[in-house]
Amino acid sequence: MKFSTDAIPTQTLVLEPGRIERNYWADLWRYRGLFFILAWRDLAVRYKQTFIGIAWVILRPLLAMIVLTVIFGRVAGMPSDGGAPYALMVFAAMLPWFLFAGSLSEASNSLIANAALVGKVYFPRLIIPAATLVTAMVEFMISLLILFGLMFYYQYAPNWNLLFLPAFILLALATCLGPSLWLAALNVKYRDFRYVIPFAVQFGLYISPVGFSSAAVPEQWRLLYSLNPMVGVIDGFRWCLLGDVSRLYWPGLMVSCLVAASLLWLGLRQFRRTEKAFADLI
Amino acid sequence: MSDIAISAEYLGKMYMLRHRDTAARYQTLRESLVDGVQHWWGNAARAWRGERIGNSRQEEFWALHNINFDIRVGEVVGVIGRNGAGKSTLLKVLSRITEPTRGRVRIRGRVASLLEVGTGFHPELTGRENIFLNGAILGMTRTEIQGKFDEIVAFAEIEKFLDTPVKRYSSGMYVRLAFAVAAHLEAEILMIDEVLAVGDAAFQKKCLGKMGDVAQAGRTILFVSHNMGPVSQLCHKAMLLDGGTIQCFGDVGQTIGHYLSDISLASAIELEHFKGSRRGLREFAEIKSIAIFDTNRQPTTVFGMGETLAIRLGIHCKKHVNGAIFGIMLRNSIGILIHDFRSAFDGFFPAFAPGLNVLEVTVPTLSVYPGQYTIGAWIQQQIGIASDDYVNDALKISIIDKKLLGDANANFEIISKEGAEVYHPCTWRMLSPDSE
Repeated sequence: MKFSTDAIPTQTLVLEPGRIERNYWADLWRYRGLFFILAWRDLAVRYKQTFIGIAWVILRPLLAMIVLTVIFGRVAGMPSDGGAPYALMVFAAMLPWFLFAGSLSEASNSLIANAALVGKVYFPRLIIPAATLVTAMVEFMISLLILFGLMFYYQYAPNWNLLFLPAFILLALATCLGPSLWLAALNVKYRDFRYVIPFAVQFGLYISPVGFSSAAVPEQWRLLYSLNPMVGVIDGFRWCLLGDVSRLYWPGLMVSCLVAASLLWLGLRQFRRTEKAFADLI
Repeated sequence: MSDIAISAEYLGKMYMLRHRDTAARYQTLRESLVDGVQHWWGNAARAWRGERIGNSRQEEFWALHNINFDIRVGEVVGVIGRNGAGKSTLLKVLSRITEPTRGRVRIRGRVASLLEVGTGFHPELTGRENIFLNGAILGMTRTEIQGKFDEIVAFAEIEKFLDTPVKRYSSGMYVRLAFAVAAHLEAEILMIDEVLAVGDAAFQKKCLGKMGDVAQAGRTILFVSHNMGPVSQLCHKAMLLDGGTIQCFGDVGQTIGHYLSDISLASAIELEHFKGSRRGLREFAEIKSIAIFDTNRQPTTVFGMGETLAIRLGIHCKKHVNGAIFGIMLRNSIGILIHDFRSAFDGFFPAFAPGLNVLEVTVPTLSVYPGQYTIGAWIQQQIGIASDDYVNDALKISIIDKKLLGDANANFEIISKEGAEVYHPCTWRMLSPDSE
């Protein structure tokens, strides 16, 4: 964690209009130390002064899993993927969904929550929303362990598809980052998004195949349904974790990947375009 | 040139001012949409009528305009000026928080900017954790912070509370810790904004001492302040900003003199509707006005240290009063009473007549160090009775070191007063060793 400024103490810094834009990625790398510190801070304070502390990380997805399993599996009587227990199928989808929902709501508010920093210190602003992803990632990892515990309980063994999980985690992160950056940037200027996001996240839970299998969607609508990038992510997670009982719908996955990539590109572009003005607006 | 630390060429920063609700800091989406539609509609209508399409609602505001300067390595430069003169904007541009709109700045060396004490402190984290967090935010590496850790803790005097969340700290401890981290930054160029405006007097003094050490160590410092005292003590040069442009850049004394003579402080006040601190029943007397003059009976608010101050009081009495006493108070910028000039001490017991009485007090030698002071007045019927009228801080005066203004006849050198408030001229002589 060393800034490269140490190595060349008498470097010349030039400030002029448009200059930040040119050194963008080099600067981002130089400030990686701050990225880790901010991520550590977010983690350290997350469950301070809560009674059950880190247990919330375990409790939240478990409770959500129970509710969704009861409502979709029992009450609505929707079918599971192949022979997988309904609870496992729900939990496998819950992992990326919580990652997405958590990072979206944290990241989009992160710039405003750190307004004092943005207004008083220079660093690439991208660090702030990116650092919030770390917290979401850590909680994701804990949830993943719970899933393995559940699989052990149900005596359900994964197959080799599990090896592809890292690729889908990356896809999930990309899907999170794009919209998060976009909303974070918009939130600085239009505080409306503070109210839009919780609503959107709640809504997203029902339009994404979290509580049910995406196989329940009629075949002719599936490609269209995959425009929601979380569909591809969730299907991928189920395929990796539950094995071949969950068929992967390749055209849909491609569409989801494309949508996620374009969202990431759009989000980055929007963020970088407005970043310079953050200190003046916030 | 290699000895230039900061060089600015035609630096400008422009903000767009919206005429309607300029106070709103952020817009809602609705406002933006409505504005957008109205704007588009307005332009379309104007185009239809054949008028010129222009944006009538926004106005350019140049917070900084054509700023040119060079600061050499090791110089300590004070940036002074009124509120809104562009001081903070300049610091924000130089510390890369916001981009300049025009021009260019070259900075050689590692910059640390301190626009606020305790930026990024997290209340839930302990003192120890916040030292690392704040250090990283200010641009220190982890190894650097570890190396300086004990020094920081010792300076802040918080050893016992190192593992307590800072939200449980007293505000004094909080500020001490925050300043301690900042003061131990290893940077070639330091930019500081009004940091000394926090903490109690003792701590301010400590901070000032630390900044003095930093300045001695040959680092380049840019120091923004409203307080002329620290600027004159710490800085070699000063830059006076006004309306976003440099009015004066050079010798610290001359620039401060320029600034002080420029402030149009009132040299007289009618107390009829005085809004400040005032007490007393005003049963027999009421102080109506206070006015201050220099040796030549000219109204002024800037005095040289050791100069003569004359004060004229207008006191309205309801009846004949004999033996009443009155006085003039001189307080320093943090409200401490430095002088209480009392008529009775000098054996002056005037007979007050009903109606307006005008009295004049002359202080032959203003024996206070340079700084900002306030003048107040009081009157009481006799010793031991509460004041009938008591007016605090009615007028403000600046005491300056006249030598700095280029007055060759003044007797005072550049002063580092170390917290001393009052000076009195003495007689000094050298005795021969064998004299008795």
